[in-house]
Amino acid sequence: MSSPDPAHVLTALRLWLADPAGLGGLCLRARPGPVRDHVLARIDTALRPLPVVHPDTGDEALFGGLDVAATLAAGRPVTREGLLAKGRPVRLAMAERAAPGLAGRLACWLDGPDAAGLLALDEGASEDETMPPALADRLAFALTLDGLRMADLDAARPLDPRGDPVSAEAAMTALAAASETLGICGLRAPILAMRAAQASARVAGRKDILTGDVTLAAALVLAPRATRLPADSEDQPETAPPPEATDGEDGGQTGADDLPTEMVIEAIRAALPADLLARAQANAARGARGAGAGARRLGNRKGRPKPPRPGRLSSGARVDVVATLRAAAPWQRLRADTPAGPSRLRLRPSDLRLKRFETRSDRLLVFVVDASGSAALGRLAEVKGAVETLLSEAYARRDQVALISFRGTGAEVMLPPTRSLVQAKRRLAGLPGGGATPLAAGLDAARDVADRARRAGLSPLICLLTDGRANMALDGTPGRAEAGADARRIARVLRAEGHDALILDAGRRPDGALAELAAEMSARYVPMPFATADRLSGTISAALARE
Amino acid sequence: MKQPYPFSAIVGQEEMKLALCLTAIDPSLGGVLVFGDRGTGKSTAVRALAALLPPIERVAGCPVNSARARDVPEWADTAGDEIEEVPTPVVDLPLGVTEDRVTGALDIERALVHGEKAFEPGLLARANRGYLYIDEVNLLEDHIVDLLLDVAASGENVVERDGLSIRHPARFVLVGSGNPEEGELRPQLLDRFGLSVEVASPRDVETRVEVMRRRAAYDDQHEAFMLRWQAEDAATRDRILTGRRALRHLEAGDAVLTAVAELCLALGSDGLRGELTLVKAARAFAAWRDDTALTPAHVKAVAPMALRHRLRRDPLDEAGSSARVDRALQDVFA
Repeated sequence: MSSPDPAHVLTALRLWLADPAGLGGLCLRARPGPVRDHVLARIDTALRPLPVVHPDTGDEALFGGLDVAATLAAGRPVTREGLLAKGRPVRLAMAERAAPGLAGRLACWLDGPDAAGLLALDEGASEDETMPPALADRLAFALTLDGLRMADLDAARPLDPRGDPVSAEAAMTALAAASETLGICGLRAPILAMRAAQASARVAGRKDILTGDVTLAAALVLAPRATRLPADSEDQPETAPPPEATDGEDGGQTGADDLPTEMVIEAIRAALPADLLARAQANAARGARGAGAGARRLGNRKGRPKPPRPGRLSSGARVDVVATLRAAAPWQRLRADTPAGPSRLRLRPSDLRLKRFETRSDRLLVFVVDASGSAALGRLAEVKGAVETLLSEAYARRDQVALISFRGTGAEVMLPPTRSLVQAKRRLAGLPGGGATPLAAGLDAARDVADRARRAGLSPLICLLTDGRANMALDGTPGRAEAGADARRIARVLRAEGHDALILDAGRRPDGALAELAAEMSARYVPMPFATADRLSGTISAALARE
Repeated sequence: MKQPYPFSAIVGQEEMKLALCLTAIDPSLGGVLVFGDRGTGKSTAVRALAALLPPIERVAGCPVNSARARDVPEWADTAGDEIEEVPTPVVDLPLGVTEDRVTGALDIERALVHGEKAFEPGLLARANRGYLYIDEVNLLEDHIVDLLLDVAASGENVVERDGLSIRHPARFVLVGSGNPEEGELRPQLLDRFGLSVEVASPRDVETRVEVMRRRAAYDDQHEAFMLRWQAEDAATRDRILTGRRALRHLEAGDAVLTAVAELCLALGSDGLRGELTLVKAARAFAAWRDDTALTPAHVKAVAPMALRHRLRRDPLDEAGSSARVDRALQDVFA
């Protein structure tokens, strides 16, 4: 990724500091380092050190309330003031780890009357580690600092917007049109961009908004949210500004009042990092899967206990009595001179240890096996062997497995999700072969099983083994073209629903059709022209280990 | 302090606004589910509801907003005798909320300080006779969903914990919003919502500019803006009150019931809740329009929002459920 423009960083910083509440906030995506420290130091000097919220901050700390531990110690009610009630901007550390619950509370606060702005520090290392979208959407600026050097930052100056004055009306029209052209859904972005343009005029001590303010706001606020490339204006006549903007009341000097959308889009185009759109598109296509409390947090078991941890008493906490006593034990002698109360044990708030559990949802491997004539002749036996090996491994990992086979005119769920290895083996041995290849029906059945599993709190992974020559459409009519189209449609549905998948091409001569299908469903594609049972299972295990 | 953005000032999103008004006319409709992109005014509309809805009368200090003194639960020792008028409660149920906060639990403060065993009512108590709003409802944790389903079905919250044994009425209109890209909703919960609407951001520049213009006015000229829209909110409120009175006189005739049944059969919606809700919604819609009789035309108008979320999913129908309802509407009303 190209390194960010230091001037943009400084300008965004300056704008946010000018209107921390109105602009919602600033998201800094960066690893800790001198550049980030420098930026944070600037913010702290401007706003005084901010109160810090971290992903584990509880409701009592956020909104205030009775401090149970302090109350116990003092013997009278001790209330704490919430971090959000101070009327000051708040710094959210490790924003990428914020749970949807915390994000929801902060978003609600940002929407409400006491909002004072949020500085989110996103230390996400990989691309799917990002802060919750509900929160990110409410912050005007998102800055990436990785790749920026201190020297760049020292040399850079905040941008000084220039240009002709424009009316607020024209600025709004241009920003609205630009956001529409860039495929930004929702109206928070243009509203925030408008406020940014106003802030930009204000920090420069001007009353009028200049064209430069608008293009700057567009580059800073709209560009990072773009989901599609601005098309060239000659291809897309509808991107032209509506006539209302051009024939405004003071038509004589419209050089000032008419801000062409193209100009704004041009500014955005210049601010777009080269790979940003590719990423945005990939994200949009895959959906924001896993960001929520959905599949990942739905453990279907109680979870493994993790080591207890010091903490405060709050409504959701469970005290680990043994660990608490153990923590208090070494201090009993030292505390002997303090009155112990009715019991002889001297407990302090700092001794409290809370129970923690880690829930991890089980994985379900959905094998979709091609048992058609073309595949059966080739290597149905190998496939069976590989699946059997995998089944036993899955069993060892306590994964669940399901088996779907497709041949002839349709697909059949041979084995509903189970842990029973015996049952799986028996069904697999009886797997008949021969007939046409209804690939679409197989995928559809897999989708059904995966959907149900996900609702039950499992994380399904679809594993398709085929030679890819689909020749039976969903409605049971033979024909390659129809069958291929159906398969691709279901593949798109699978991708839209965010199912993980793996396609193993067992054809003698991989011809690219399956690779295309894999791209349609964002699946991993592994061609295996000379597969034996061992190699097949080895490949799948390796792919699974990377999950 | 800044007041919430006025309901009437929301640009477009007519279906969402209508659905919310219909539940205000007939709270037994069973809530509204609003699904759509971020930044389309979902949260704004719900937060604006409190200011829009007609106030309710309750016993002063009653934790569950009882209308009459004899309905006040016996554990509530803060309730007085007078009747006071309060805004209809709209209670936010945040994600990641603990069960204690929802159902209520032992009042820790009183337990610690006075050594008394007292019940501290939770969000369900506060939402009684009002609205319970869940933002990002599709991300809500399962045990909270189960709890809500149970309470919504029985209209009563039962707390058996910490040595407390408490029950109190909890009848509320459930309003949920969310972004379907981030997670599916369990079919059981989906079915509890009477109406569902899909919102999208406006595609034309003029509407977008109007949204920005009003938002800027709300931020910069707050007083004037609120004054400007107060009258419109009041008109909507009157319409809701008129509608509530009109509801009693609207009867569903055979023509309406047949249309409803045919429509639900054509769509193959699960269970009979679809039919029941559709009739209620059509009646509320007729009351909202101040029409004197209930006709199949009313059914047609509200069918999409009453049935959309009750269809079996069909992966190959790319058109989405709204289009399927439209198609069935055309068949039945041909």
